[in-house]
Amino acid sequence: MMLDVKDLRVAYGAIEAVKGVSFSVEKGEIVTLVGANGAGKTSILRAISGLVPAKTGEILYKGRNLVGIPPHDIVSAGITHVPEGRLVFPNLTVEDNLLLGSYIREDTAAIAEDMERVFSLFSRLKERRHQEAGTLSGGEQQMLAVGRALMGRGTLMILDEPSMGLAPILVEEVFRTIVEVRKSGMTILLVEQNANMALAIADRGYVLETGRIVLSGKASDLAAMDEVRAAYLGR
Amino acid sequence: MRETLQLLIYGVQLGVIYALIALGYTMVYGIINLINFAHGDLVMIGAFVAYFAAELLGANFPLAIFLAMLIPACLSVAIERLAYRPLRDKPRLSALITAIGVSIFLENFPRMLPFIGPNYRPFPMLIPFKNFTLPTGAVLNSIQIVNILVSVALMVALTYIVHRTKVGRAMRAVSFNKDAASLMGINVNRIIAVTFFLGAALAGAGGVLYSMTYPMIDVLMGIWLGTKAFIAAVLGGIGSVPGAMLGGLIMGICEVVATALYSELGYGSGFVILILILLFRPAGLLGKVKIEKV
Ligand SMILES: Nc1ncnc2c1ncn2[C@@H]1O[C@H](COP(=O)(O)OP(=O)(O)OP(=O)(O)O)[C@@H](O)[C@H]1O
Ligand SMILES: [Mg+2]
Repeated sequence: MMLDVKDLRVAYGAIEAVKGVSFSVEKGEIVTLVGANGAGKTSILRAISGLVPAKTGEILYKGRNLVGIPPHDIVSAGITHVPEGRLVFPNLTVEDNLLLGSYIREDTAAIAEDMERVFSLFSRLKERRHQEAGTLSGGEQQMLAVGRALMGRGTLMILDEPSMGLAPILVEEVFRTIVEVRKSGMTILLVEQNANMALAIADRGYVLETGRIVLSGKASDLAAMDEVRAAYLGR
Repeated sequence: MRETLQLLIYGVQLGVIYALIALGYTMVYGIINLINFAHGDLVMIGAFVAYFAAELLGANFPLAIFLAMLIPACLSVAIERLAYRPLRDKPRLSALITAIGVSIFLENFPRMLPFIGPNYRPFPMLIPFKNFTLPTGAVLNSIQIVNILVSVALMVALTYIVHRTKVGRAMRAVSFNKDAASLMGINVNRIIAVTFFLGAALAGAGGVLYSMTYPMIDVLMGIWLGTKAFIAAVLGGIGSVPGAMLGGLIMGICEVVATALYSELGYGSGFVILILILLFRPAGLLGKVKIEKV
């Protein structure tokens, strides 16, 4: 088991945003968490990365409990988090952003190789390698965020709404990239409001409603369920 | 012409010192949005470290300036750890008031130490004094030369660190967004400590260079010097490293020119600059309005 979250609760003051959530991700899987605005998806991911404290529960990553460990150590353990809103560093060049993605690594030669690999995946970034990231378009910034995450050579990548704010054609590109990335051996936990696309590429899925998991199962089964279709797929 | 060049030499000499000190204000502000009121006092501590180094170990400029950079730098890291870090997630005013408290402490604690005390002391000669007459007739002395060369070298080194090294990249990442930086595996607390360290090292160097030029030191010397360097940082655009350098130079030159016109004017010139910049360009000369794309 790559990731095993048990009875996780996250609270902001008196408000409990995540109310006892359990789910797991197997090695090599794409697992998606879908749910409406405010369901608690981002809070779950931030708890995994150590950016918000877990009130109770366990987050077992390769058997080790991550609760209470600072974010930079969680990155070193192999979890790469592409945050909501991308958060590329706008005043740094594309290249510097990618180098920051490899911050925890020391193998200079392999880092340079990985950078070329990212550039071959996203040729548009290559042309703009010396440009400040803040001047990239939204779609290019998303590619940079994914490319930067690849630079960490982690084993589990968690993505928070990578399709947010992108034109449909770019959304497809992003999802294609995620499938590519999985093929290279990465395990993926994907949070999406675009449940349609997410369930199409995922192996398994969990449906979240106001801090609780209400449905779970094989992605194709979920996508076929009437209640999921009605609530999240708009059909 | 000769007069102008001479004034320019004085102005640059003072300006590079303001720039060195301004860098610490701007770096700390850039990384944790705190105006570190105690920064000016680290300048004073640098000067006193060099003073005692010269008293105890003899007039050795490289050693004196090294210690005068190292000790305030370590002190600054300790101050950040003990006084500012616990307040990091509290309202900004708390840290600001704490900084004022730290400043008052740093000014008054040495004052009651018997071997420091409240009185002015003459600063020792750390390098031999020598005048050089330039072909144009202007005079340049050895202190001015060392002053300018050391300051420029330190600023080049800092620029290199910020723009070309891993730790510099991390500093720029942290100053944009701490969460995003920590998701890169950056230990944010360590990078903040590095920033305080570097800023205070420059302040300590500034303290030594200033005292070589105006060789009277006392425990309150950092107040006025810090204030002017702070204005320089605001002038250049607080948060901007090249801005602090430019702001320092402009401040130094304006002050020297104003003093030459009428000696009382020098004191006020900084504040006139501050008022003008706040009226017409509140972000400072090189300060950028942050643009974030969604
Ligand atoms: N820093 C915070 N302080 C207080 N409440 C918060 C904070 N962050 C999130 N919340 C609340 O927690 C709940 C879950 O938020 P969360 O961001 O996890 O939802 P989400 O599923 O990611 O939503 P979206 O799809 O809009 O991104 C919401 O009600 C939100 O208002
Ligand atoms: Mg969210």
